[in-house]
Amino acid sequence: MKKTLLSAAIGAAVLGIGSAASAGTLDDIKAKGFVQCGVNTGLAGFAQPDASGAWKGFDVDYCRAVAAAIFNDASKVKYSPTTAQSRFTALQSGEVDILARNTTWTISRDTALGFNFRYVNYYDGQGFMVPKSLNVKSALELSGAAVCVQSGTTTELNLADYFRTNNLQYNPVVFEKLEEVNAAYQAGRCDVYTTDQSGLYATRLALSNPDDHVILPEIISKEPLAPAVRQGDDKWLDVVSWVGYALVQAEEFGITQANIDEFKNSTNPDIKRFLGTETDTKIGTDLGLTNDWAYNVIKGVGNYGEVFERNIGQGSPLKIARGLNALWSKGGLQYAPPVR
Amino acid sequence: MTDNAVTAPPPKRETTSLIYDPKVRSIFFQVLTVVVIIVSVMWIAHNVSSNLARSNTASGYGFLNGRSGFDIGQSLIAYSSDSTYGRAILVGFLNTLLIAVTGIITATIVGFIIGIGRLSKNWLIAKLCTVYVEVFRNIPPLLVIFFWYSGVLAILPQPRDAIHGPLSTFLSNRGLTFPYPMWGEGASAIPIAFLVAIVLAIVFGFWQKKRQMATGKQLPTGWICAAIIIGLPLIAFIAAGSPLTFDYPIEGRFNLSGGGTIRPEFVALYLALSLYTAAFIAEIIRAGIKGVGKGQTEAAAALGLQPSKTTQLVVVPQAFRIIIPPLTSQYLNLTKNSSLGVAIGFPELFSTGSTTLNQTGQAIEMISIMLTIYLTISIVTSLFMNWFNAKMALVER
Repeated sequence: MKKTLLSAAIGAAVLGIGSAASAGTLDDIKAKGFVQCGVNTGLAGFAQPDASGAWKGFDVDYCRAVAAAIFNDASKVKYSPTTAQSRFTALQSGEVDILARNTTWTISRDTALGFNFRYVNYYDGQGFMVPKSLNVKSALELSGAAVCVQSGTTTELNLADYFRTNNLQYNPVVFEKLEEVNAAYQAGRCDVYTTDQSGLYATRLALSNPDDHVILPEIISKEPLAPAVRQGDDKWLDVVSWVGYALVQAEEFGITQANIDEFKNSTNPDIKRFLGTETDTKIGTDLGLTNDWAYNVIKGVGNYGEVFERNIGQGSPLKIARGLNALWSKGGLQYAPPVR
Repeated sequence: MTDNAVTAPPPKRETTSLIYDPKVRSIFFQVLTVVVIIVSVMWIAHNVSSNLARSNTASGYGFLNGRSGFDIGQSLIAYSSDSTYGRAILVGFLNTLLIAVTGIITATIVGFIIGIGRLSKNWLIAKLCTVYVEVFRNIPPLLVIFFWYSGVLAILPQPRDAIHGPLSTFLSNRGLTFPYPMWGEGASAIPIAFLVAIVLAIVFGFWQKKRQMATGKQLPTGWICAAIIIGLPLIAFIAAGSPLTFDYPIEGRFNLSGGGTIRPEFVALYLALSLYTAAFIAEIIRAGIKGVGKGQTEAAAALGLQPSKTTQLVVVPQAFRIIIPPLTSQYLNLTKNSSLGVAIGFPELFSTGSTTLNQTGQAIEMISIMLTIYLTISIVTSLFMNWFNAKMALVER
């Protein structure tokens, strides 16, 4: 009676909200005028605010590339710093549109957590860092050590598996925030620091005496770091994946932020398709963007190689080698499907 | 509920509309409140379930039986990465209880000392206690925890340069390592003897009280009870053939291996919460003692009671009635503040719970579990303290 009336009213109210929210992430972003991007709270080279408070880094540049594709303005991004713990809830709840935060693509995150991954922007693997004074040459010598690790990460799980498989004892010292893990390692609370290798390089740089620490040769896991979006919005997944592929494709073409305008009059049909200069092209409109979206991305942030070198490669203090992240044509894994 | 609103019958006035009828108004507002609550709860529940369905997130509590895959640094029960998520939460729950119980005991003792100290006629003691209360009461608990954690870490040496204490104990920034007792065969007699001793002590206490009521003579009850409680297990220990060996810590390549360890995270959280809460308890104690009328002390003095007996038999029992209710909320605060341990990596309930949340992505389920557990701990504490309060309350004859 009264109850049925009530639930009907509530149902109507919720339905209204539901239909408003399911208009599609891309349309929502266009309407609000910026991309809300979930990034790390502060990992040198990947996402960190600089002295003036502007976010800089490899993951940040990816967010800027997405904004450039949508708005032709790489600055239309708002950043939400997320911890390893808060990142998934932030994405699930819709607080962020995209999560670009050194997040490993795993089957359970892809399925049970309700996310979608496609484009891997960094192929990583888990490693160990120890003080040089301990004289450790291999991770297999680490039995009995206290290991600092961030909670709620695949790192924490790999660590447990690796020590168990190799019959090594260890003592986990677990913190929620990266800054806390760093502080504890620096204070000597633990003997070993473990995270993705890229993270180890970044962390070592932040220590007061980087030369006193050594990164061990073992890589104990596969960590494909990929931007994540919510499941059930394929159009948005297409946009974020293709922005990533455009970065890689541009490097393959040799198109850079500086020379892109020279390519505008190129007669190469592949490049014409890529830059949207072909007549009657639907290369961008089918994605829900403008046809020159790829041009805007490269003009805004540069190609994959430029983004890499600027933030974490030779142009940065981290000096990480391309390794697995070189183009497929140069022995790496970075490979973009054809734009046609 | 409506009773107090309808103390007097409304005056009979033909023209009064329903709006001015207090009875109708009262019923109307109560119905309105209930409807608003029901509607909001239903709206939230519906919204959550439809959002979950839309975001393709798995739901349900089945994940609790899955293999956790992560290790926990400190556990009171057997736990490894092969254990289930449910067990990981249990480990966190027990660690929370450990912090709550040890913290409450210490906070109460320190609080009593400081509270009474603040009332001392000795100027220096009174001022020192005032400074203690004002310092700890005015700093956020999280900061106090970091203070102890950073303090402990910064001061203590690396395990290779550990401070060697007496009885093969080692103090380093990995914690206090000590020889861990290993009980052999026949050791089960000792806890049994301990339980028997407690029962005996209680029986003795009752008998002593009866005897005092009858004859007015007193025995040193405290000493005798202590002797029973310590002596009986000791006799059992010797009778069982001293079934005790120690697992001594050995210096390994990185750390001390073997033995038991009290980790610095636990110590920092324990000290911070105990000392922080003690400041509030001290004020409650002071208020309680001040709240006992001066006439009571004077009357006791007039009856010829010594000052120490006056405190023990007249002031404290009456002060208790004022102290217990606010003391309960301090105990609850301490228990809830233990969740701040997540900041320094102490694996209490909130810490293992949020790791589980993160590894499984089951946010709503995990938060509901943690809410339920904290609520249960708090309600049980409240019930116990209410019972204790009712027991201590003035019984009017």
